[in-house]
Amino acid sequence: MISVGIDVGSISAKAAAMEDGRLLGSRVLLTGYNAGKAGRAVFEALLAAVGIAADRVGPIVATGYGRNSVDVAHKAVTEITCHAAGAQFQNPAVRCVIDIGGQDSKAIALDGGGRIKDFAMNDKCAAGTGRFLEVMARALEVDLDAFGDLSLAADQPAAISSLCTVFAESEVISLIAKGERRENIIAGIHRSIGARVVAMAKRVGLADPLMMTGGVAMNIGVVKALEEKAGLPVQVSPYAQVNGAIGAALIGAGMG
Amino acid sequence: MPSDLKPVDAAKDRRKIKSVRRMKEIMTAYYIDAKTASDTGKKVAWITSGGPVEPLIAMDVIPVYPENHGAMIGAAKMGVDLCEKAEAMGYASDLCAYARADIACATEDGGPIGGLPRPDMLICCNNICGTVLKWYEVQARYFGVPLFILDTPFTHTEYSPAANQYVRAQLVEYLSFLETHCGKAFDRDRLTEVGRLSVAGQKLWQAVLHTTTHRPAPMSAFDAFFHLALIVTLRGTQTVVDYYTELLAEMETRVAEGISAVPEERFRLLWDNLPVWYRTRWLAEKFAGHGACLVADTYTSSWCGAMPYLDESDFLGSMAEAYSRIYINLGTDLMADMVVEMVSTYRADGLVIHSNRSCKPYSLGQYDIQRIVQERCGIPSLMIEADMTDARNFSESQIETRIDAFMEMLATGCSPRSRPFP
Ligand code: SF4
Repeated sequence: MISVGIDVGSISAKAAAMEDGRLLGSRVLLTGYNAGKAGRAVFEALLAAVGIAADRVGPIVATGYGRNSVDVAHKAVTEITCHAAGAQFQNPAVRCVIDIGGQDSKAIALDGGGRIKDFAMNDKCAAGTGRFLEVMARALEVDLDAFGDLSLAADQPAAISSLCTVFAESEVISLIAKGERRENIIAGIHRSIGARVVAMAKRVGLADPLMMTGGVAMNIGVVKALEEKAGLPVQVSPYAQVNGAIGAALIGAGMG
Repeated sequence: MPSDLKPVDAAKDRRKIKSVRRMKEIMTAYYIDAKTASDTGKKVAWITSGGPVEPLIAMDVIPVYPENHGAMIGAAKMGVDLCEKAEAMGYASDLCAYARADIACATEDGGPIGGLPRPDMLICCNNICGTVLKWYEVQARYFGVPLFILDTPFTHTEYSPAANQYVRAQLVEYLSFLETHCGKAFDRDRLTEVGRLSVAGQKLWQAVLHTTTHRPAPMSAFDAFFHLALIVTLRGTQTVVDYYTELLAEMETRVAEGISAVPEERFRLLWDNLPVWYRTRWLAEKFAGHGACLVADTYTSSWCGAMPYLDESDFLGSMAEAYSRIYINLGTDLMADMVVEMVSTYRADGLVIHSNRSCKPYSLGQYDIQRIVQERCGIPSLMIEADMTDARNFSESQIETRIDAFMEMLATGCSPRSRPFP
């Protein structure tokens, strides 16, 4: 049986198809302004990419902030439950999941028996989320995709202490004005995210194995900053960005 | 077919609490009485929600509660507009929304009931917070009326004899303040009678809240938020005793007939902090949709929590302790003890914590309480960030995700009923 998970986030919509515990394929599109439309579009793109007809698909589970707007889905499940399921599928031993998405970040503690023990999400401010990185990339006039590599070239990460996105942005602007190296500023930004997210993860219980999921996991700088702050190795799955969709598909198949 | 639909409506109808109507009548009559006080020659005192109201009742002064008004403003979804007005007047957006709404409302007689009646005096007790001090000073200046401040020291770990003496002395001053401003002698016998009614009202309120120890619960915290208004505003009157006697009877009937607040109660949750007044229905439906009933809360139980310290035979003497030892005037450890006890009494499966942007004294220490409850009761908890009256601090999609995820977690977690209790 084929099941599909559709994860409509604030920035991108992801879909994954699973069959008997095997990932058939996945797809990522930009969400745009209409979550329902994005859900349908990414579903169709997935079918085309995997080469299956819609009638071969069994259960469809939607997740992400747009989960209740996806009309093709049979069920909506929160991204907390889906990210936990996806992470456990990739590593059954995982005890803590950190997911950094476009508009929120979360830490999930797992009990080792497949159940969620506790979770925490960022407060209303965008600090510690993908959106925060976007704002900073704009201020620095750097392509966000280059952030990770640039930060690795830092010799002395700058200190960015503000807990608020807007204040942090003005801190960054004054660092630019002072002539601070871009690499150091970017590394400083990653550190501030790391500090914020690890503090949140500590509240629910930081534990090894620790896995990072969500689109921001593709940024090696953030991963390194998390490792440094957590004092633990961080596993990043090659499917980090579609992890929520994989979890949703697994839940659909009754395997999550 | 219409005949198919009938049973659904009937079930919903059966779940409706009938006393609501009577409660609305009483509150309407109370506000009419207060708003026409200047015509009937009665005096009006504005008083903080945790303040000692009994002496006012004994002096035939009508107590009016800006905080109850703040709740009404919130429920009427008028909080944002009034808070913005206060901000335009120069008040910080960090100030409690009740204070902002009240200060702005006073200048334009706005809000759902066209403003509160003009006060003849103000009674401010800081057992709930420090905000009320400045708020009441502002209003005393604005209306040009006398202000009485009752300072109740914070109970960190214990209530000392020195604190008791200090508060008792002020209570005596309170009585003479009333004598001066009412122009008549204080009748202590009358206070004894009012005190007796106050204790009786609190006992009944506690009994009403206690009916939710029954599974399924006949009412939820959302109902308690509504029925609370009387014990706050008219404590010490026969009206309160009569009303809660009636409400208690209705709850007992519901228990006997198996009528529950939530259609199929699967989870029992405890709520901490003030309600989110402009979203009570949304929240009630959200939780009920998951089969969850908020069976109790730390907020409404505050109006009967200090009963152990009240002595009917020496009401005036015992008031000092009872008014100092209310929930929000306690240190975090003592608060946590009470939450732990409530988890056990109400057999709660989880704790829902409202981190209330407005109410700092209530929200401070919540992370510690969360940890202590988790350690001692082994139940999970959820924190949601909002505000009781200023809707600008409520993010629906964020809160929805947190609640949905929490309920998914409870639904897949270990069987709530098999969990050990402290
Ligand atoms: S700060 Fe809290 S206790 Fe004080 S008036 Fe506001 S809501 Fe009431």
